Amino acid sequence: MSDVQTFLDRLAERNAQRGREPTWIAARRQAGAARFEALGFPTRRDEAWKYTDVRAIARGDFALADDAEFSPATAAALTLPIDAHRLTFVDGVFSASLSQLDGLPSGVALLPLSRALEENHEAVGGPLGRLTGVEFSPFSALNTAFTEEGAVVRLAPGTVVEKPIVLQFLSRAGDQPVMSHPRILIEAAGRSQATVIEHHIGEEAAANFTNLVEEVMLDRGAILTHYKLQEAPLADLHVASIHVEQGRDSTYTSFNLNLGGSLVRTDLISELNGQGATANFYGLFYGQGRQHVDSHTLANHNAPHTYSNENYKGILDDRAHGVFNGKVVVKRDSQKIEGYQSNANLLLSDRAEIDAKPELEIYADDVKCSHGSTTGQLDEEAIFALRTRGIDRQTARGLLTLAFAGEVLEEVDVDTISERVELAVAGKLPERFNLAGLVEAAVALDDE
Amino acid sequence: MLEVKDLYVTVEGNEILKGLTLTINAGEVHAIMGPNGAGKSTLSAVIAGKDGYEVTSGSITFEGQDVLEMEVEERALAGMLLGFQYPVEIPGVKNIYLLKAALNAKRSANGQEDIPAPEFMKLIKEKIAEMKMDASFLQRSVNEGFSGGEKKRNEILQMLVLQPRLAMLDEIDSGLDIDAMKVVADGVNSLRDAERAILLVTHYQRLLDYIVPDRVHVLVDGRIVKSGDAELAKKLEAHGYDWVEEGSAA
Repeated sequence: MSDVQTFLDRLAERNAQRGREPTWIAARRQAGAARFEALGFPTRRDEAWKYTDVRAIARGDFALADDAEFSPATAAALTLPIDAHRLTFVDGVFSASLSQLDGLPSGVALLPLSRALEENHEAVGGPLGRLTGVEFSPFSALNTAFTEEGAVVRLAPGTVVEKPIVLQFLSRAGDQPVMSHPRILIEAAGRSQATVIEHHIGEEAAANFTNLVEEVMLDRGAILTHYKLQEAPLADLHVASIHVEQGRDSTYTSFNLNLGGSLVRTDLISELNGQGATANFYGLFYGQGRQHVDSHTLANHNAPHTYSNENYKGILDDRAHGVFNGKVVVKRDSQKIEGYQSNANLLLSDRAEIDAKPELEIYADDVKCSHGSTTGQLDEEAIFALRTRGIDRQTARGLLTLAFAGEVLEEVDVDTISERVELAVAGKLPERFNLAGLVEAAVALDDE
Repeated sequence: MLEVKDLYVTVEGNEILKGLTLTINAGEVHAIMGPNGAGKSTLSAVIAGKDGYEVTSGSITFEGQDVLEMEVEERALAGMLLGFQYPVEIPGVKNIYLLKAALNAKRSANGQEDIPAPEFMKLIKEKIAEMKMDASFLQRSVNEGFSGGEKKRNEILQMLVLQPRLAMLDEIDSGLDIDAMKVVADGVNSLRDAERAILLVTHYQRLLDYIVPDRVHVLVDGRIVKSGDAELAKKLEAHGYDWVEEGSAA
């Protein structure tokens, strides 16, 4: 209980500093706090947390950041070199100077939650919390209690955003670890289309706690590609839930790429509510040292003719611990659905560990579903074969590791992202493995 | 170029090579023949540096360097290349990437810059044509889903690109039909020159009709029991290995 109290005390301190706010926010804050107090932090006796011990968070004492000061040079080095619309948060606090909001096309709203609330709090109050309420988990309750900042993305009907939208979360090193409870709210109206890149990164020595709740709503025909590139500092704690609601003929494609953090838990849920809706879940988690990376996914086929396709790859080195729990649920009368799920894990060391649990729950009879999970090690024969061609052992291991990740990385359309993942999991290879250049050269060869 | 002296090798406690001695000079093609279980494949595997082979005595030197002290990749970079009897499938690693990474590793070891892409593609185009392979092989994962013959051609393709000083080909003829064998043999023959040596390990004389060796050695029970020129292979074909074994016993 004292663990919970530390957080409630911080909440009380914060609330005392707050000015007037809309009554609905105060009410939700209270509901969140009450729920969090009642639930406490999850323990390994909770089925959903069986393999993930959150004591590193529960026992922490995290302050709340009050400013967004950050060295511009450091920020520049951490920012993805992509021409993009960008919102930046430093330890959860919005930084106007590190954001890039000039030239937003018409039909696109991209703004910090605090500003969206100032402008029109009622327009936020409807969608916010509609998918992820305080009931979802102790962390969503805690997030709700602390709700104050985050990113709001709204796409008007038919809007196609050319440049990606980057939501950048920087974690700062300091004497006192801090926590942040950002919200991300994405509302994509009919036939709108965008790529959102959520990027978590920070100063190497940081050890902060990020507790994120994301709600994504796709109307009819909307297409959203959502990259979550989690490269948080290796002592950071990161908990996120992403809840997606999909209307008819919408397509949501998620790339859940986890490279950083000491304790990472992501819940990704899509509600496939409209016929013709498609959810693609691509994931790659890489753990080294004593990193713990837990990915839970859930595709809820609530309507007939809905499709989900999942491919998660885990790569674990040293004493890292990975958890994959993927679930596909087909509701009664959701006929003609297709749900495919695949998980493969590669253990690079004898002491690395994976707990994988693929699940299918089907209450309809005319469906196509498959799932599978495999775990293996690098093929020593293949390493030898590569070495006999003059390729050193480390590079050979890197190549094979990357080959393992290939199915997921090949789907990544943003080169900067696939390059960073390649570098993280395979080290520096003789050249780009993704072969963009070589493919072009081979095409030219065929043309001649 | 290659000197193997009184080599004893055990695999999982079984002595496979029992005092093998062999000298190969630049410009020569040697064939090692012998019945199954004689230790033919062990010799090339030991030279390439495969795990699980314990050299209990004897030595291997390549151009004066102690081969047994070298890492697997160092042996390759020094110019010793093994063509596998059963090439390994490497899912997810494209053939073209392997070729480029291997060639650049060699260039780097020789203090050269990476090969420029156009130059590389020109080279590859020439070599795949020589091996009568389709360009689509380049984009496929190494050996994945290849037929037996395609795998063997792929091994030779790597040789043609990497131009080893010593090419060791382990049962390169196994599983090949006659057309594929000709292509493979042409590829191997194109490597022949005064600066290079080739070591063929084979069970059958058939291959040696297409790649005519300078020296033929008969390996029986871990030792070379007879050596001769290309005629020796023909005699073996006619009389079988028993003929040599009886001869050596006598």
